[in-house]
Amino acid sequence: MTGSTVVSGAAAASRSRRSRALGRLVFLGPGLAYLVAFLLIPLALVLGYTVFRRGRFGGVVYEVTGENFTRLLDPLYLEVVLGSLKLATIATVIALLAGYPTAYLIARLPRRWKTVALVAIVLPFWTNFLVRVYAWIVLLSGPGLLNGALEKIGLGPYELLYGQGAIVTGLVYSYLPLMVLPLYAAIERLDPQLREASANLGASPARTFFSVTLPLTRSGVVTGCLFVFVPSFGNFIVPELLGGGRSIMVGNLIRDQFLKARDWPFGSTLALALLAVLIVLLLLQAWSARRA
Amino acid sequence: MLQITGVSRRFGDVTALSDVSLEIRQGEFFALLGPSGCGKTTLLRILAGFESPDAGSVTLDGADLLGRPAHRRPVNLMFQSYALFPHMTVAKNVAYGLERERLPKAEVRTRVGEVLEKVGLTEAAGRRPHQLSGGQRQRVALARAIVKRPRLLLLDEPLSALDKQVRAEMQLELKRLQHEVGITFVVVTHDQEEAMSLADRIAVFNAGRVEQVDEPVALYERPRTPFVAGFVGAGNLFPGRACAVGLAADGLGVLPGASDLPDGTSALLAVRPERVRLAPETAEGAGTLRGEVADVSFYGGVSHVSVAVPGCERPVLVAVQGATRARPGTRVALSWAPEDGVLVPQ
Ligand SMILES: Nc1ncnc2c1ncn2[C@@H]1O[C@H](COP(=O)(O)OP(=O)(O)O)[C@@H](O)[C@H]1O
Ligand SMILES: [Mg+2]
Repeated sequence: MTGSTVVSGAAAASRSRRSRALGRLVFLGPGLAYLVAFLLIPLALVLGYTVFRRGRFGGVVYEVTGENFTRLLDPLYLEVVLGSLKLATIATVIALLAGYPTAYLIARLPRRWKTVALVAIVLPFWTNFLVRVYAWIVLLSGPGLLNGALEKIGLGPYELLYGQGAIVTGLVYSYLPLMVLPLYAAIERLDPQLREASANLGASPARTFFSVTLPLTRSGVVTGCLFVFVPSFGNFIVPELLGGGRSIMVGNLIRDQFLKARDWPFGSTLALALLAVLIVLLLLQAWSARRA
Repeated sequence: MLQITGVSRRFGDVTALSDVSLEIRQGEFFALLGPSGCGKTTLLRILAGFESPDAGSVTLDGADLLGRPAHRRPVNLMFQSYALFPHMTVAKNVAYGLERERLPKAEVRTRVGEVLEKVGLTEAAGRRPHQLSGGQRQRVALARAIVKRPRLLLLDEPLSALDKQVRAEMQLELKRLQHEVGITFVVVTHDQEEAMSLADRIAVFNAGRVEQVDEPVALYERPRTPFVAGFVGAGNLFPGRACAVGLAADGLGVLPGASDLPDGTSALLAVRPERVRLAPETAEGAGTLRGEVADVSFYGGVSHVSVAVPGCERPVLVAVQGATRARPGTRVALSWAPEDGVLVPQ
């Protein structure tokens, strides 16, 4: 009798385990299916293309080759990758320097004003990205608003549009909110008494910032930088519109390989290189988060 | 040494401090005692420089304190929540204040070592705050505050987060430390026993005002306001009017007490529970009051007996040494010596 209860108990346990697994599948199913169909399969295709040759009139010839990777090291392309790295880094640093004080200030506002300020920060996301970048053309172009204003005070006109400066400006503008929000979250979490304790022990406000506030908000800094760097690095809309249409950044290069040169294998290889850089960054972030 | 004169602070329509004046002497262990929300923390924050008063002045050794920024005051505060830096080890936390003084590295190291030994945390020097127990954190916070050898050390409810046993130990340790380092201590607490056992003098706060400043014994035996009489020691209070032999209590007749108040003054008579004598109702010489035992609680060293007396709003509390034979329902007589009844003007 005891034996039968044990057996039926085990059966019930395995049944409940199965029904729990089924339950999970129901919840995870839709998201999982979407990811497999629209992320994993295309990604696998892109990965696959990197080892094949391009067809003469576009398309892919299924003939294994390593030449896509050798081409990657061609200074012509390497320069574009490094250039993108540079522009994305500059944009990230500027966004950090501008975003930190903003986030700090918002975190110290009275509760009611905090909400207002946060809404203002995300407000730009309510309008179309393209429209917002176009607006910068109006601002920066030769006879644009900014040059008009400069001329009134006897300066310029300058060539503001179509250069690296314009691209960085556009990138910073586009992704600054993604810097401010994680910084805000980290600063808001910080116990204000820690700053007071630091002052009480004789630390000047600057010392307190570098010894207490900054180290304790590092997770926000890392996350914010990642949020700005990642979309900046692979961006092709901003350089296309504000950079003068040349293939200045990897994003444009990849786009051109697919759509203009019809060289899918090389485009895939470039995309893979981009992905590799970003994966390294994510690993660094995970490592830094684990240390904190 | 520390002179607080007419300090007031309001937050919107809450008056946290109202015309507070205190003088704290060199080397003294001074306690600010009062219920939660009466403005004790606000006063410490003003002294430390995190808050400024709406009115009043504070001088330390004759020099104005309020004009100096927080990081330039020779005053250290031990926070109620300890506020240890979570990203630094115990040793780093303690060294932080000394490093700000730009002392040579070797000196910082010796002084940190010394103070950690003093609070018994040498072993924990390399650990982070989250790896410590509540008592250990409290000692780190204390070490961090005293290592700077401030002129004045402020402690905001330093022991409130600890359980009873650790607390008793830490009280002794605080007292010992104060003798050793000779710093002036100002400790905030809402626990009257703690204030009594630690302090040389106590200021009792009520709703942002100082009610009475006195030595513990004087405060306990001679409360000067009804609030102090009620807050310090769970005293028995009888309302009435002062008369030659004590108090003409409302509805209870004349109760014995020592009075220097003019006859007829509205007053409270305060009698400490341990001063009340408990006798069987049949005993001779009767008692001052008669009633029925409502409840008995045994606390080891003492027993508390509460007696319901007709005509008294609240039961009369009696503290008896050791165990007692009184049981709920027993009829008893209560009495006390006239010098144990303290009259407090109302
Ligand atoms: N920054 C503040 N803003 C608004 N009200 C405050 C502030 N600080 C303290 N108070 C109020 O002042 C009163 C005294 O507070 P506090 O000094 O913290 O009391 P205690 O330390 O004696 O418990 C309380 O009513 C509290 O709510
Ligand atoms: Mg408090």
